[in-house]
Amino acid sequence: MLEDKDRIFQNLYNDFGADLISAKQRGDWKDTKEICGKGREWIINEIKESELRGRGGAGFPTGLKWSFAPKEVGSRPHYLVINADESEPGTCKDRDILRFEPHKLIEGCLIASYAVNAHKCYIYIRGEYFNEGQKLQTAIDEAYKDGLLGKNSAGTDWELDIYIHYGAGAYICGEETALLESIEGKKGQPRLKPPFPALIGLYGCPTIINNVETISVVPTILRRGGKWFSSLGRPKNTGSKIYCISGNVNNPCNVEEEMGIPLKELIEKHAGGVIGGWDNLKAVIPGGSSMPLLPKETCETIKMDFDACVENKTGLGTAGIVVINKDQDIIKCMARIARFYKHESCGQCTPCREGSGWMWRMLERMAKGEATRDEVDMLLDVTKQIEGHTICAFGEGSSWPVQGLIRNFKDEIIERNKFDPIVKKQKDIPYLVDQHLLEKENA
Amino acid sequence: MAVKKISKVQPEKFEFNKKNKETADSIIKNYPSGKQQSAVMALLYLAQKQNDNWIPLSAMKYIAKYLDMPYIKVYEVATFYSMYNLTPVGKYFFQVCTTTPCMLRGAYNLVDVCKRKISEEENCLSEDGKTSWLEVECLGACVNAPMLQLNEDYYEDLDPIKLEQIIDKISNDEVPQPGSYRGRLSSEPENTRKTLIGNKNA
Repeated sequence: MLEDKDRIFQNLYNDFGADLISAKQRGDWKDTKEICGKGREWIINEIKESELRGRGGAGFPTGLKWSFAPKEVGSRPHYLVINADESEPGTCKDRDILRFEPHKLIEGCLIASYAVNAHKCYIYIRGEYFNEGQKLQTAIDEAYKDGLLGKNSAGTDWELDIYIHYGAGAYICGEETALLESIEGKKGQPRLKPPFPALIGLYGCPTIINNVETISVVPTILRRGGKWFSSLGRPKNTGSKIYCISGNVNNPCNVEEEMGIPLKELIEKHAGGVIGGWDNLKAVIPGGSSMPLLPKETCETIKMDFDACVENKTGLGTAGIVVINKDQDIIKCMARIARFYKHESCGQCTPCREGSGWMWRMLERMAKGEATRDEVDMLLDVTKQIEGHTICAFGEGSSWPVQGLIRNFKDEIIERNKFDPIVKKQKDIPYLVDQHLLEKENA
Repeated sequence: MAVKKISKVQPEKFEFNKKNKETADSIIKNYPSGKQQSAVMALLYLAQKQNDNWIPLSAMKYIAKYLDMPYIKVYEVATFYSMYNLTPVGKYFFQVCTTTPCMLRGAYNLVDVCKRKISEEENCLSEDGKTSWLEVECLGACVNAPMLQLNEDYYEDLDPIKLEQIIDKISNDEVPQPGSYRGRLSSEPENTRKTLIGNKNA
């Protein structure tokens, strides 16, 4: 377990207040000038050495991302964009950073802007977080007043302006290129990649996009050294992370813990255990609703970091842990998630726009026991047709939870949906059944 | 994608008042020159606030002229994002989150209360014409589930009885205290905090 002194977000529970004075007492804005004085190369190398991976879900190495920005500013200005469009069901970590630790974010913005040669930084906050946005704006105003932002930010001789841009309730705007479209004043539909935003991003200019949590940990890493950060966790999965534990637990909470902490410890120790005891556990969604769920057997042993989750056929995602106990109907829970994706699909790619609705309707019927046995395979087939056939990762995000359900609870679905209208013997009559589903490898 | 309907009753004319005009001009300055289109989302919010929490077509036309962009582009944005109301909603607009993490903790019981105390159908005004409600997707406060948003504020850790009390207060035009209804100040675990103990009550 992480020691309290090694926790980056000391004010996660708002024990001190979020204002500039108490932020400074916690060590924010200390030697920002000296850190920037060591130069861009040093900052990027230190972040590379810390092996910090993006906290927004994909887990891309942050130092590497920063090094993609052109070294010299050409005819086009560079931009830094912060993704605070936190909408993944099960995740509410950025909200606490915005309202309780805004100065960590602002200081991180300054250092990151300096490292990638940006003079303008946009923070894209989801529209529902209006109050959190106001709190961040107050913090930004404080920083301007104190000379920490503006022409000569914190004495670094670097000019930086930070602006807040509110979203308006579209989950897809958390996808980085959709977010850029949204800032440009268009509807948020993702762009094709390449070109990647690091070269052609906001207004066609080089743009680096990072999650709130990623940027907020940067100042502490640079102050305490990349080595310190990489000493936590294990190689390639270093540092600490805010875990959000919600659902059927006794004490749902956010907690900052070391990477690779066992899932059981998170649930039992920090969240007060599963409602009805550990044996009442049915499944856990480990990383926000897009990640496939884990059955109880895996939950006993799994460690929560990027690679361990991938080994168990799921992903750490945003570390939004949703605990589902046996009092719940697992198929209904997944049907509700499918409805979420059907509602939030941007409608650009056909497989996702149509497929997300298909999955939702099929799961709704399965929850009621109105589906046929063949439809379970058909549903899996639909998810495979969405996955990998869309512009952005929403296709994977919407189909993985359904695949996870089928992988782990297929028996339960079939148990409920035994109804088989087709007489077994007649199965090879072509018009009675989709032929391609009879061939196992296509299913 | 969510289906959005345009209100049949539309006001003839819309114009920003003086204060909103100033705000709009200062927002446009946040973006590089020539990229004033970026301000469209913020201006739609202003229009929505000025016009009793919904956006008429005339406001979209006005914003299109204001930002020197085609009307259809503004229309596209207003219909794409779910937080722009294109039909009148109640002065007190309840948005109940029912996505899985909230559902697990009983969000549909809150929906039942809304159905009983506000209106049977979503997006319909209550009898006194002051409130309406809507089922929405994840509002990003899963640890404090079940929760709802009333205009701009979050009401967290609710249960049906507490929601009934909130609705009763609202019908008397009192706005109840936002935040957690189990006395939590943040997303810390209740009573059993294991981390940052030295900071507690600092």
